Amino acid sequence: MQTTICTSSSPAVREEVQAAIGRLMADYAHALDDDDLESWPDFFTDDGSYRLTTRENVAAGLPVGIIHCEGRGMLRDRVAALRTANIFEPHCYTHVLGPSRIAAVGDGSWRVRSNFSVYRTFETGESRLYGVGKYLDIVHAQGDGPRLRERVVVLDSRCVDVLTVIPL
Amino acid sequence: MEAAEALVSWPSEGITRVPFQVFSDQEVYDREQQRIFRGPVWQFLCIEQDIPEPGDVVTTWMGETPVIVARDHDGQVNAMVNRCAHKGALVALKAKDKVKNLTCVYHAWSYRLDGQLRSIAFQNGVNGKGGMPEDFDVDAHRLQPVRVQVFCGLVFGTLSDETPPLDEFLGPRMSAFIQRNFGRPLKVLGRHSQIIHNNWKLYAENVRDSYHATLLHTFYTTFKVNRLDMDGGIILSDRKWHHISYSKRATFNLDKEYLTAEVHSAKYGAKHGESALEGPELLDAWEEFDDGITHSIQTVFPNVVFQFTLNSLAIRFFVPQGVDKTELKWIFLGYERDTPEQSKMRIMQSNLTGAAGLVALEDGCINEFVQRGTVGSGRRAAFIEMGGRVAESNESSRATEASVRGFWHGYRDIMGF
Repeated sequence: MQTTICTSSSPAVREEVQAAIGRLMADYAHALDDDDLESWPDFFTDDGSYRLTTRENVAAGLPVGIIHCEGRGMLRDRVAALRTANIFEPHCYTHVLGPSRIAAVGDGSWRVRSNFSVYRTFETGESRLYGVGKYLDIVHAQGDGPRLRERVVVLDSRCVDVLTVIPL
Repeated sequence: MEAAEALVSWPSEGITRVPFQVFSDQEVYDREQQRIFRGPVWQFLCIEQDIPEPGDVVTTWMGETPVIVARDHDGQVNAMVNRCAHKGALVALKAKDKVKNLTCVYHAWSYRLDGQLRSIAFQNGVNGKGGMPEDFDVDAHRLQPVRVQVFCGLVFGTLSDETPPLDEFLGPRMSAFIQRNFGRPLKVLGRHSQIIHNNWKLYAENVRDSYHATLLHTFYTTFKVNRLDMDGGIILSDRKWHHISYSKRATFNLDKEYLTAEVHSAKYGAKHGESALEGPELLDAWEEFDDGITHSIQTVFPNVVFQFTLNSLAIRFFVPQGVDKTELKWIFLGYERDTPEQSKMRIMQSNLTGAAGLVALEDGCINEFVQRGTVGSGRRAAFIEMGGRVAESNESSRATEASVRGFWHGYRDIMGF
């Protein structure tokens, strides 16, 4: 698990790697924004992990945040739960991504940091800034393209408005 | 302040009715701040682990009153209102800090960690001019003190001189259950909070409502974490303010009501029989206690909840921020003695509750639905007769709203309604 927000830049990342990672970032955001949640687990490696947490927890080195999934199975369970079990007022997201800083860490993996903001719109018509923060990722190259081995979503705020059901 | 009868006319049926007015009336809210949050109740402030060493400080709220909790240089835990004795500015600005003294940034009035004023800037003026009057006495000023009692690592405070001692306020059964859950050194695993857009009392009702838990929270029933067809019960404290709701997972017996009732919770869980999780380690758990209880919710009036769902121990603490806004704070905990495997299970189970909790996220919006449904209908009232019309303990069934009625019993008492 990544325990620091800092990533150092590395000039040696090839352009095609940068482009592929950029596409992964964009495709991930668009899938969530388009309610294509069933494809969400596919952005991860089989053993990929997803944590949604806060800047406060990361700074304190605390393991529990808001969501903690290890492995694609748990990611699929999240989607199954929100599709069939959870009750909430319908809403959708728009992600706005910042440019990524990419650093190679060997064994075909890169450490990637990108800023995001997410706007949430309810059926009542209200669009509001829902969360802002950064993605701290470990991206791993697979035969069919790069996948997230680890994504830590660090919200700046300790405080979530209403609830979180669609992943960020 | 207006007389209680003129403010709210409570329906003659008593605690089985709750006038919707109490969820959106500003005068009721103001009276609660006075009679409850500045009144004779103990409120949760923090845990001792938040301030382990001398000089450690955290800030919190008692209702709308900002509060500082500090461990002084003698190791004593003190609490005081976070409001400078000079102009009333906040003295501590950070959620958590480490300091030698508490110094107001406005005019540098500086306080000891027990709240006593120690010095002020320019007391004798500058260059012999200005300064405080001759008779100014540093010892006569301090941050308003908050009475503090610590029990099982939980720090409670009260702003009233009339509050009885904490053990009397809690009563023996509530104290014993806190001892069960918190009676060993705690370890913080993480925290976050939620803004819920509803009156604080709707959440206070919601956590006492064992009727809704397995109907709204489908995940509970589907994966057999908590169902009404498990052995369980409700315990109310003597004054009915506090409660414990518990269940025993090993006693699950698939009652037919879950198959026949028109509840969304039955639609796929009961049919499949066993859990269909692809990541079943989410629910890996061990029996921590020999009483068979695997799920419990304990409330302490007015605004704290202790949750033990499987092995997920958490404190939920909700602070009113206006008639229709409440901050719900979550602290996820384990014990110092936990093995790495046990910590891992608690971390996994933290997915069950909190702002994105698989079994509890609905509570983030359900109370807002009541807020929005009732806001224009203050003279109408809620109907609360599940399980009868009284507020008594029931150790054979949780298909009851007994503890919700208990809350209203206590609320009417303290508010004079």
